[in-house]
Amino acid sequence: MTRFDLTRLPRVNAVLRNRWPQFLLRAITLAGFAFTILAGLFGSIVGSHNFAIIFVWIAWWTALKLFFIPFGGRSWCSICPIPMAGEWLQRGGMLEPSGKGMGLKKRWPRFLRGNWLQAFGFLMIGLFSAVTLTSAKITGIVLLAIILLSLVLSLIFERRPFCNYLCPIGGFTGLYAQAGPVEVRVKEAEVCAAHSEKLCYEACPWGQYPLALKSSANCGLCMECLRVCPKDNIVVNLRPWGSDLQAGTRHNMSEAFLGLVMLASALVDSAVFLGPWGGLKMAAYTIGSREWFVFAGIFLVSALGLLPGAYALCVSWTNRLGKKQRSLREALAQYSQTLVPLGLMAWIAFTVSFAFVKFTYVLPVISDPLGWGWNLLGLHQAAGVGQASPFSLFLQIVILAVGLFWTARVNRRISESWRQAAPMIVFSSLFSLAMLWLLVG
Amino acid sequence: MQPILAKIKAALSPRQFLWGAVFAAVAVLIMFMPLPQRQTAPMQRTIRIDASRFQFMPGEIQVNPGDKVTIELVSHDVVHGFSLDNYNFTLRAEPGQTASGTFIASQAGVFRFRCSITCGNLHPFMIGKLSVGTNWLLWRGIALIGLALAAAFFSLRPARSRIAQGSR
Repeated sequence: MTRFDLTRLPRVNAVLRNRWPQFLLRAITLAGFAFTILAGLFGSIVGSHNFAIIFVWIAWWTALKLFFIPFGGRSWCSICPIPMAGEWLQRGGMLEPSGKGMGLKKRWPRFLRGNWLQAFGFLMIGLFSAVTLTSAKITGIVLLAIILLSLVLSLIFERRPFCNYLCPIGGFTGLYAQAGPVEVRVKEAEVCAAHSEKLCYEACPWGQYPLALKSSANCGLCMECLRVCPKDNIVVNLRPWGSDLQAGTRHNMSEAFLGLVMLASALVDSAVFLGPWGGLKMAAYTIGSREWFVFAGIFLVSALGLLPGAYALCVSWTNRLGKKQRSLREALAQYSQTLVPLGLMAWIAFTVSFAFVKFTYVLPVISDPLGWGWNLLGLHQAAGVGQASPFSLFLQIVILAVGLFWTARVNRRISESWRQAAPMIVFSSLFSLAMLWLLVG
Repeated sequence: MQPILAKIKAALSPRQFLWGAVFAAVAVLIMFMPLPQRQTAPMQRTIRIDASRFQFMPGEIQVNPGDKVTIELVSHDVVHGFSLDNYNFTLRAEPGQTASGTFIASQAGVFRFRCSITCGNLHPFMIGKLSVGTNWLLWRGIALIGLALAAAFFSLRPARSRIAQGSR
């Protein structure tokens, strides 16, 4: 398949190799992150008037799903401010390692590896989303807790333990980055194999060895390998979308679990935030009430029981239709890649319905970020109520259809025949129809 | 620079290009083909909607195209608003008061109505649904999803010439 190596462009190569541009971008995002925490803690309690709510859950969350992941894979991770402080202490330098870093540099426990904790974190976001996404103070507290946790973990464990194993957004971006059009790979495998000093592996904050990279799920595009490789043997490719999703690629059970949690969360968020069921919204919002426990029970049973059960049933059926002998566990892991385009496009469709309507809240909070009645840029006005235009509804349908088309193709490519792919195509179609009904029904 | 159409043509075989064009044409037809609405005599309808913290009761309303619809919005706690997507129709109800207004359901389809006055944390998601006639958009979506499956099947179906080569 065709690839275009971005490092062949001299200016792009210079920018990627230089640590300063990335550092400046991360400094800006860190300042924004700190301001968001302050706005959340001390700004208006009315979510729609507070920078923390509007910028985190509308502007950034939308940009992540509509721009960063579809066009840059894990590109957000390369400028994310959350691991910065811990990494500076760990490496003993803000721009590059000084060799005088702090920390115990312990290895992350083997039994906690994979995407399990990230999936659990995303599940928790879904469970408490009606409050987290609408209360500025809770958003501020959650962001503060995240950055402190990341800092503490960096002082105990080596590299980026929070990003690798805990960050729910890292799980989300990592899973869907497999469908993204950017990858870091080696130019010549023989050159790497013959080079005894693994400087790239030592420099990688994600603990990845570029020669072994077969998927972009765990590469945070930090470009450290590109900068330290003495053989100039690293490339940054633009590639066709979905290049990691094919037969022969390696996947694991935690990816399948993460993918299913994402599907369940997309369904639940669509129902709670976009549906006409007031009782459901109140149940999701009144944490601790009897109604909330019913909501939590249904959500958890769906995310941990019904959806994984249906998936396991379809994969098991698929497995029986194939000639190749493979355990159910292997098949569950292998077919997890079909959940990637399905989930990514469902989240994009959800976001389109959400972003088009709620974008009217963005400009007023730039003018009055804390909701204190300021009018810094002359843009402070009552936020319009927003409307779902016929265009956005059409767009959501097309996005869901493209998602199913893509998923069916991935299914067929990793199956021996259309017959074998059929059960998972049925699963994917039912999910797409459910999303369609929630978004335009 | 090569035009996009020429690039696509170069990347696909003539057969794939032909099927792609056919599927694209059918997709456009599914999405934009005019469809009839069931004709019923327009009625005068009065609908009372109770608005309280983050919910409209009832949250879903069904009317027929052409109906003259009067909404009576009753607020039970704080000030609530009512704004109907694609219809220039808004109401504002003070606590314990009723606000009413009338509109003609001239556009068919499903439309969300939203609270238009900030009423608390979940205000941006205080949403209800008005259905005017048949929701053809949902049926178009179902048809497009079926088409997506057919397109996936045809896009990966081995060409007859390759099958023949394989069997030799």
